[in-house]
Amino acid sequence: MKNKKLLSILLGASLIASIFTGCSESTSSNSKDKQVTLTYGIWDKNQEPAMKEIVAAFEKTHTNIKVKVELTPYKQYWTKLETEATGGNLPDVFWMNGPHIAQYASGKMLMPITDKLKKDNFDTSVFPESLIKLYTIKDEKYGMPKDWDTTALWYNKKIFDDAKVPYPDDTWDWNKLREVAKKLTDKSKGIYGIAAPQEDQQGYYNTILQCGGFVISDDKKVSGYDKTEAIEGIQCWLDLIKDGSSPTAQQMEATQPSNLFESGKLAMVYQGSWMLSEFAKNEYTKDKVDVVVMPKMKTRAAVIHGLGNVIYSKTKNPEAAWEFVKFLGGKEANEIQAKAGAAIPAYKPALNIFFDSTKQFNAKAYADELEYSFMYPCSKDTGKWNAVEGDNFKKVWAGQTTAEAACKKIAEDMNKILAAENK
Amino acid sequence: MMNTENNISKANRKINSLPKHKASSTKKFNDSFWGYLMIFPTVAGLLIFYIYPFFKTFFYSFTNMGAFGEYAWTGIQNYKSLLTDTNLWLALRNTLLYTIISVPISIFLSITVAALLNAKIKGLTVYRTLFFLPAVTMPAAVAMVWKWLYNSDYGLINYILSKFSIKGPAWLSDPKIALYSIIVVSIWMTVGYNMVIFLAGIQGISKNYYEAAEIDGAGPIAQFFKITIPLLTPTIFFVSVMSLIGSFQVFDYIFMMISTNSVALESTQSVVYLFYKNAFMLQEKGYASAIAMVLFAVIMIITVIQIKLQKRWVNY
Repeated sequence: MKNKKLLSILLGASLIASIFTGCSESTSSNSKDKQVTLTYGIWDKNQEPAMKEIVAAFEKTHTNIKVKVELTPYKQYWTKLETEATGGNLPDVFWMNGPHIAQYASGKMLMPITDKLKKDNFDTSVFPESLIKLYTIKDEKYGMPKDWDTTALWYNKKIFDDAKVPYPDDTWDWNKLREVAKKLTDKSKGIYGIAAPQEDQQGYYNTILQCGGFVISDDKKVSGYDKTEAIEGIQCWLDLIKDGSSPTAQQMEATQPSNLFESGKLAMVYQGSWMLSEFAKNEYTKDKVDVVVMPKMKTRAAVIHGLGNVIYSKTKNPEAAWEFVKFLGGKEANEIQAKAGAAIPAYKPALNIFFDSTKQFNAKAYADELEYSFMYPCSKDTGKWNAVEGDNFKKVWAGQTTAEAACKKIAEDMNKILAAENK
Repeated sequence: MMNTENNISKANRKINSLPKHKASSTKKFNDSFWGYLMIFPTVAGLLIFYIYPFFKTFFYSFTNMGAFGEYAWTGIQNYKSLLTDTNLWLALRNTLLYTIISVPISIFLSITVAALLNAKIKGLTVYRTLFFLPAVTMPAAVAMVWKWLYNSDYGLINYILSKFSIKGPAWLSDPKIALYSIIVVSIWMTVGYNMVIFLAGIQGISKNYYEAAEIDGAGPIAQFFKITIPLLTPTIFFVSVMSLIGSFQVFDYIFMMISTNSVALESTQSVVYLFYKNAFMLQEKGYASAIAMVLFAVIMIITVIQIKLQKRWVNY
C-alpha cells in the first residue's frame, strides 16, 4: 500500500513538472555571472557551417556572449517567425529579407540601428547603396546588409560540347537563347534546352525588367503588370515551352529545374547565386557546368536582392545583440562568408575572396550584373500580392489562360492591395 | 460489574462513532485528491491548448487580425465573405470527397486485416508490426517519400508501370487524380492504427459464440459476417467517429505533396489548408479563424448525426 502511494506521488509530481518544463524556454541573460546567450535565426542549410564559424570567431573575442544558431528551413521560417513575433519571443538576431522588412519594421518588431551605427562610427560605404536603402524604412536603418544575390545563366558544358555549339557568352540576346535551346533539345535522350519554370526571382522578375517594364513602381503605389513590357517579360518564357525546348510546368513542378540540371537533363537554366555552393558540391555539376550573365532583351537588367541581419526590438540583451550584428557586418565575418562560398558578401572588399573560393565557375558573372541591377520588388504586404501572382501565373503556365489576361488581373488585384497599404 | 459494563459500552460507543466516520470521509477526500491530481496535468493541457484557444479563435473570427496579432473588430464581415468565397466551397467539396472515400475504405481494409491477423499464423507479430509501422512514422516523412514515388518522370511507380509499357499519369499534378493519390497515402497510414483497435475489439468477442456457430455448421466467412461484424459494431462506431473527425482535418499530406503553384491545388486543398493559407500566407488571421469555426460547426453536426444514428446499427 505504501509503495503504491509513493509511486503515485512520484508520478503525479513528474507529470506536473513535465507541463512546465515543456512550456518554458530559457532565453537570455543570467545577470549574476554576466554570461549572455543570444539566439540567431537563419534559414539556409548551405550557409549554416559558415554561420557557425562566424559565431565561433565572435565568441572568441567576446567571451561573455554565447550565440545559439537556430536553423529553420525556409518554407517554415516566416511562419515560425510570425508565431514568435506574436508571442513576443523572436530570436535576438535574425535574417531578414526584402519582402518582409517593411512588415516587421512597421510592426515594431525590429530595433532601429541608425543611432548605433552613428555612435560607433560604422562605415556603411562598404556595402552596396541599394542594400542599405532596402533596409531603411521611413529614414530609420534596421538591417545590417549581409549578402546580395542576382540570377545568371548556367549551362551544361558537356551538352554544348556534344552538340558542337559554342558556349553562351555576354553577346547573347534572348533570340539567340531561344534558338540554341531549340537546337539542344533532344527528346530521345530526355534532354531539354532550357527550363522555363514559373519562377519570379530566378525568372520573370528579370525578364520583365529586361523588356523595359517593372513589377512595382518606385513609390510602391502602382503595379506594372498591366503594361505591355511586363506581359512581354512573361510571354518569352511561355514561348520556350511552346517551342518544346523546356519541360512542361507539370514536369518542373514535380522535379525542380536545379535537380534536372544536376542530372544532366538541362542544357541551360537560370539560377540565383546562392546555388553556387550546391553546384560546386554536386557530383555531376562540379566539373561540367559554368555560368554567364543573362542574355539581354531590350536592355540588360537583373534583379538584386540581399539579406540583412536585424535585431529584435524587445531583445533582453540589446547591447550584446548590437555587438554581434556589428561583428556580422565587419571584415572578419564577411571574409568567412566569402571563403565558404555560400553567399556573396555584402562587404565589397571581401568580394575577391568570394570569387577565389568559387574559382571553378565564372562566378564573377553575378558581380558583373551589379551595374544594371534593380531592387527586388517588395512592399509592406508583399506576401499578399505574391499570392496573387502565384495563383494567376499558375493558370498561365498550365495553359488555361493567356499571359495578357493574367497580367491584367494581377495588376488589378495588386493595385487594390497597394491602395490598402497606403491608406 | 455494572460500572465496567457501562465503561466498556461507553468506550465501544466512542470507538464506533467519530474516528470511523472521520476515517471514511478522510479516505474519500484522499482518494478524490489523488484522483484530481492524476488528471490535473491532462486537464490543464486540455484547458490551455484546446479550450482556451477555441474561445480565442471564436473571438478572432469576428476581427480583422494581421500578422503580429494586432486586430480590429469587424463583426460578421468574415462570415459574410465566406459565403461568397469559391475557395471555401471548393475546399469543403474536396474535404468531403476525401472523407467519403478514405474513411469507409480504411475501415473496411483494417477490419479485414485485423480478422486475418487474429488467426494463429506463422510470423503473426511481424505482420502486425509491418501493418502498424506507417502509423508511427511522421506524416511529413511519409509525404516526402510518397512524393518521390509519385513523381511523374522519375518516380518508382511510373518506372514500374513503364516496364509494362504503361505510361503512368501525373499522380500529383493532374487535377483529376491528385486527390485520389493523396487518399491512397492516407489509407496506407491509417489502416495500421485502426487495425490495432479492431484487433482489440475482435479479441474481446467471447469464443463461445464461435464454438456455437461451428457446431451449427457455419464456415469462417459466415462466422465473420454473422458474429464478428455485429459484435464489432461498437468498435466500428468509435473508429468511424474518430476517423471522420480526423479526416476532416487533413492538411499535412496536401501541404507537403502539392506545391503552391500546382494547378492540382484547387482540386485538393482542404479546409484546414485554406485556413493555413489565409492565416500564414495571406496574413488574414481573422478570416482564417472564421474558416476554423465553420470547420468546427461542420464536424460537430456530422458527429451529432452519427451519434443519433448509432441506435440503429450498433449492438451493445
